[in-house]
Amino acid sequence: MHYLLTEEQQMIVDICRQIVDEKVKPLRAELDESKEFPWEAIKEIARGDLFRLFIGEEYEGMGTGIFEVCLATEELSRGDLSVATSYAASGLGLIPINIAGSEEQKKRFLPPLAGGEKLAAFGLTEAEAGSDAGGIRTTAVKEGDHYIINGTKQWITNGGEADIYTVFALTDPKKGVRGASAILVEKGTPGFGFGKQEDKMGIRASATRELVFTDCRVPAENLLGREGMGFLIAMKTFDESRPAVGAQAVGVAQGALEEALEYSKVRKQFGSPISSFQAIQHMLADMATSVEAARALVYQTARLIDSGAKDVSRLSAMSKTFASDMAMKVTTDAVQILAGYGYMKEYPVEKMMRDAKITQIYEGTNQIQRNVIALDLIKKGVI
Amino acid sequence: MIRIKIAVCIKQVPGTTEIKIDPETNTLVRQGIENIINPFDTYAVEEAVSLKERLDADESFEEEVEVVAVSMGPPQAEEILKEAISVGADKAVLLSDRAFAGADTWATAATISLALEKLGDVKLAVFGKQTLDGDTGQVGPELAHRMNMPFVGYVSAVEEISGNSIKVKKLAEENYEIVQVRLPAAISVLKDINSPRVPSLRGKMKAKKEEIPLWTAKELKADPDEVGLAGSYTQVVKIFTPEMVHDVKMIEGSPEEMVEELFGKLKELNIV
Amino acid sequence: MDIRVNNSTCTGCGLCRSACLYDAIEIKDTKAVINDSCVFCGACIDACKYGSIDITGQAEEKDFSDYSGVLVYIETHGRIIADVGLELVSKGRKLADDLGVTLSAAAIGSGIAENAEIVFAYGADQLYLADDPVFENNIDDIYSKVLVQIIGRHKPEIVLAGATAFGRTLIPKAAAILKTGLTADCTGLAIDSQKKILLQTRPTFGGNILATIITRNARPQMATVRPHVMEKEKINDIPSDIKDRVARIEIDSKKFKSRYKLLGTETEKGEKINITDYDVIVSGGRGMGGGERFELLRELARALGGVVGASRAAVDSGWISYPHQVGQTGKTVNPKIYIACGISGAIQHLAGMQTSDMIIAVNRDADAPIFRVANYGLVGDLFQIVPMLIKRIKEGKPLVPGKS
Repeated sequence: MHYLLTEEQQMIVDICRQIVDEKVKPLRAELDESKEFPWEAIKEIARGDLFRLFIGEEYEGMGTGIFEVCLATEELSRGDLSVATSYAASGLGLIPINIAGSEEQKKRFLPPLAGGEKLAAFGLTEAEAGSDAGGIRTTAVKEGDHYIINGTKQWITNGGEADIYTVFALTDPKKGVRGASAILVEKGTPGFGFGKQEDKMGIRASATRELVFTDCRVPAENLLGREGMGFLIAMKTFDESRPAVGAQAVGVAQGALEEALEYSKVRKQFGSPISSFQAIQHMLADMATSVEAARALVYQTARLIDSGAKDVSRLSAMSKTFASDMAMKVTTDAVQILAGYGYMKEYPVEKMMRDAKITQIYEGTNQIQRNVIALDLIKKGVI
Repeated sequence: MIRIKIAVCIKQVPGTTEIKIDPETNTLVRQGIENIINPFDTYAVEEAVSLKERLDADESFEEEVEVVAVSMGPPQAEEILKEAISVGADKAVLLSDRAFAGADTWATAATISLALEKLGDVKLAVFGKQTLDGDTGQVGPELAHRMNMPFVGYVSAVEEISGNSIKVKKLAEENYEIVQVRLPAAISVLKDINSPRVPSLRGKMKAKKEEIPLWTAKELKADPDEVGLAGSYTQVVKIFTPEMVHDVKMIEGSPEEMVEELFGKLKELNIV
Repeated sequence: MDIRVNNSTCTGCGLCRSACLYDAIEIKDTKAVINDSCVFCGACIDACKYGSIDITGQAEEKDFSDYSGVLVYIETHGRIIADVGLELVSKGRKLADDLGVTLSAAAIGSGIAENAEIVFAYGADQLYLADDPVFENNIDDIYSKVLVQIIGRHKPEIVLAGATAFGRTLIPKAAAILKTGLTADCTGLAIDSQKKILLQTRPTFGGNILATIITRNARPQMATVRPHVMEKEKINDIPSDIKDRVARIEIDSKKFKSRYKLLGTETEKGEKINITDYDVIVSGGRGMGGGERFELLRELARALGGVVGASRAAVDSGWISYPHQVGQTGKTVNPKIYIACGISGAIQHLAGMQTSDMIIAVNRDADAPIFRVANYGLVGDLFQIVPMLIKRIKEGKPLVPGKS
């Protein structure tokens, strides 16, 4: 099918497809078991120049937009969501630098991220602050030309594997949400440690760890923007990155649909392939339709953001919500079509179903997204 | 800045090992056969690019290294040269001319050696172990002889490389040998040597824009008696599928019956 | 040199176009037109029912009447004479007899004089011996130098050698020095009785096609053959007086300086398995569907006292390691029993096992080419048949009542 991609955009898709076929598919089942970080795939993604999609040309990036990021993310998700999440999360971790970093910070931190030699991570969530991100309690106290950070971040993707962390901490606890700031902390800084890797339902090869800060001293020049800007930076980051989560959902659903379709043509019962049964046909039709619809919404959102539109929160929230809810349904249906075989680990669809669930949860649960959509609707009207 | 070159010699081959002859018409059955880069050559390209990266990273090595992909073939072989550029080759050149057609390995080696001489400063020529269609692995040693270079085949690792020598681990009959030769030299590489990288975005963009020079017999100043079929000492005179060998006895029945009968045969031979 | 279509006899039937693997023929205005992609392989000439295609302008055949005899290169490893040399002496004997010429052998190494005499037991008439410490290690530049000297002096019309790891660099170098043709990995060698030339047959396109090749306008005609493809046949004991038939080459070691520095050796890590040592090989191919499933074949192999083999497809898929690969690009084997499970039987594979004493094939596909070379064929599900066979062997109880 043709999505009116330019030649360069098609190259991005082709490279990701090759990486998925050669480096991801052969290893994905094993990595799901061992929970090992997919370094080989990440290295290949770096060599393919795909981390450059997050960054501007002046800093060794490709200078392309979020649409290209969505293309790459979707294609990688078709292969394995752990790999795609590790890739996308690095993007998430560095977007704050794009948004609020000084020239010097950009020159210092972005090039190695563009080349994929280093990975980034986004440190916001805490035990008491999930949907209620305003409830964070990690503090960053200014002392001379350093900030002393204390607190614990929870469930941070790429935690332990990334080198550069954008950490959200309260520089002025009295101001509540307006007292939060974004600070860059590098792995290896004394006082910065990690908890053990979490044992998850899905995306098991994606590293999820606690970030533990104990009197961690960070140079003051690592502050992004000004004190108090933390939340604004975080929200702006999510607006940009949300379509990529939608792309992840579209990708994993696409992968599941392909497996189900192949299987239905080969599996024979009652003397015929099950693809000849109307029950299966209708399921496949509905699955394919919803994948296309989600894709259209994600692509449209990404193109809008790239065109410079300011007011993108609602569409962004819609693309994430719709795509992730769709992915959960499609992957579940894929398991159903493979029936007994779909339940067995020998086939990849049960993993895709377990993986898909997270897309309804992270980067803002779908319930929060619905709040955002509704409030925006009520405030601004339908158009 | 002195520039030295690593030449990687690649070939475009039909992308299938399932070519058959139609028994009725006695002609080849072409079922959507795509052309691809000879799979062993992707390892050669990767090794050439990796060696360049190693030399670039070596501070004691001052010369600039250029990887040039070379292929002798019809005009569409340009595709594989572009592939080579997309994974890191700096330049490429296509050797294409009616006069080169029908070449056996000797005439091929003659043609490619003319190209390497024309390129100049080639310190290392890298080949894949053998081609899917020809399977001989002969062009490397024959070219090396023509250019008065040592040839080391079946290389599984390049342990050291400097401006004037190369030390490799190569597969011998029962074990591996560590061999060192002076440059310029030619090597052929095994699949074990590396893991070919996927094209990069910038590489693909560069490949798309790149104009790959086409060198004809004239540009190579080739002697017509040394290239193509005229320059070949061997020639294919017949292509065929083998005859059915002998009467096969099909063992039939239910799985249990088949196994029982087979067991009987094995017993007769005293294997069980 | 040109290829031409005779337009008056060409009917535009298109058989030539179908035969052309190189996309070099089109039918325009009901006539065949051959373009630049042509490599002069001649497949179209064979396909044309009307004899309308012709290759012209080939150089005149030179006179090679001063070349006579068949020479076999005897590869050595230390003091041991490699079997492949003896296999080729046996084959060379037959070729020499067809031509009515002498068969000689050339052995190069250090301390090999005594062992090299074995060639006379396999039919050689003459032995050329280059026995000197300078040849202690198999190195292609100094070996090719002396081999070329021997060939240049004695002018055999045919030279055969083993397509071993060493042979594959030594022989092309020798052919390059001699400026003659070389065909690698031949599976068949024969003499054209009319033209008295060597017909060299080998698989091509890695798949299901064989090509016959000749050496044009150059001598000697050189060919390499993989180990175990030909069979060695001892004809008699080594005759007691062979002194006249052994010619020692005088070696001035100063003239044999090698450009290669051999710094050491390393053994292959991991399995040191050599499947050619076993009498029973149980092989798996694409039909196995996965690496874990090879465990089934290992069980059967163990029960039969054998070893597991594999097709290229299985090895390339990463299901089993390369030392187990049987075929043109793997090992050539000839065990007592070769059991092929889920292997279709591409020529590339057959080349590696068709000389086995007994071949048993199990495949779901009744049309699989493997059934053409098998002695016994079972069409069925190997995942049913193999476990049953294992059970039958282990438990000793007949599976079908009334049979034992």
